[in-house]
Amino acid sequence: MISKRIIPCLDVRDGKLTKGIKFKGNVDIGDPVEAAREYYEQGADEIVFYDITASSDKRDIMIDVVRRVAETIFIPFSVGGGIRNLEDMRKVILAGAEKVSVNSAAVLKPGIISQGARAFGSQCVVLGMDVKKVEVSGQTPSGYEIVIEGGRKHTGIDALWWAREAENLGAGEICLNSIDADGMQDGYEINLTALISENVHIPVIASGGAGKPEHLAAVLTTGKADAALIASMVHYRNYTILQIKNYLSDQNIQTRMLW
Amino acid sequence: MIAIIEYNAGNITSVARALHAIGQDFVITDDTKMLNAASHAIFPGVGAAGEAMAYLKGKKLDTWLKYCFQSGKPILGICLGTQIILNQSEENDTYSIGLVAGVTKRFPENLQAAGKALKIPHMGWNSVTLKHHHPVFAGVDPAAEYYFVHSYYPSPEDDEAVLGTTDYGMTFCSVLAVRNLIAMQFHPEKSGRPGLQILKNFCAWRGK
Repeated sequence: MISKRIIPCLDVRDGKLTKGIKFKGNVDIGDPVEAAREYYEQGADEIVFYDITASSDKRDIMIDVVRRVAETIFIPFSVGGGIRNLEDMRKVILAGAEKVSVNSAAVLKPGIISQGARAFGSQCVVLGMDVKKVEVSGQTPSGYEIVIEGGRKHTGIDALWWAREAENLGAGEICLNSIDADGMQDGYEINLTALISENVHIPVIASGGAGKPEHLAAVLTTGKADAALIASMVHYRNYTILQIKNYLSDQNIQTRMLW
Repeated sequence: MIAIIEYNAGNITSVARALHAIGQDFVITDDTKMLNAASHAIFPGVGAAGEAMAYLKGKKLDTWLKYCFQSGKPILGICLGTQIILNQSEENDTYSIGLVAGVTKRFPENLQAAGKALKIPHMGWNSVTLKHHHPVFAGVDPAAEYYFVHSYYPSPEDDEAVLGTTDYGMTFCSVLAVRNLIAMQFHPEKSGRPGLQILKNFCAWRGK
């Protein structure tokens, strides 16, 4: 049977990792390609790059990073952040990424999802959703709202409605990030993850809040996620991917154990 | 020299990079003269079948693949490349080349495992159970997992053509092998070291 996926997320700005990642011997690695290689060798099932480069004239640096990553690791990886149109998607895919993640741009112009799915296939198009818990209302009946611009801007769009809409438009996967849980290392937003996962037919990657292996176990079972995104807990060397996978295995949660 | 058949399919560069990583020389081409000169042919593919098949027919590569299969040259099909070598497709009959008798089928909508609904596409890492030994899987741990991403799967008519199966709420054929042809639904070029080992084995295989 299919394994649950463990996916480290790397934030990149101007072609450099934004947080130092400490690997063997506490060497600070600022190169995203080297970090990707480390996680590939540690048993990551996939890698997500999130490009937070602000100025558009430096965005081509990321394309070069993508090309070098594709020459170095032989597992799927995706790139998100700042993807605004079909041309941005094409550049990333031609450079060697399997998947492209669209977030704010898809909220503003949902057509990018269907255009991307037509041009590259649904399996290439990941919808990134940033979600905040809100009062249940006529506008947000699920009690969760889509936010954009890193959580600063409310959209009034119901999260569950948007997930279903994105599936209909041709998204092949959803990366679901809880803004409330993000960075807290206190566990994923289980209710939100289960709600979205049970109501779409495409895979859901849970994101935001991972601090301990127990958090992954919860979101992959009760939260019904197909995959779990991790960041700080491995970047700061609190855990290795193998330790996480061993824990999940003890909990009878199947992950890929050979690489 | 290994030839990667060039057509309108997304993962050609991924396959090329994987061959580069294992130190294997290759050409990417749709020119039948160059394909004839190659010792092995890799037929990759990902994404939409329609455009891919139109391109293949336009270049007469469908005819060339049949000839190549007859000639005994080792052929490796990957993902979409595996599906369209069969002679029929539930998606559309015109999408098929017909090297092997069989149908490409869509996963049923109501797939379940342990009471839980399964997602389509089947996306992620899964294992393969081999029915018997094959040189292309030599030295690969039977517990290895491979990266899959697909909504359709190959279903050869003759059980003898099935080399490996995978479970996803049902058991489907994930590797088929007939004489000098081996074709897999998963992506060896994206399956870490076990996948690279399979590519290496294929490049050393004489098709027997």
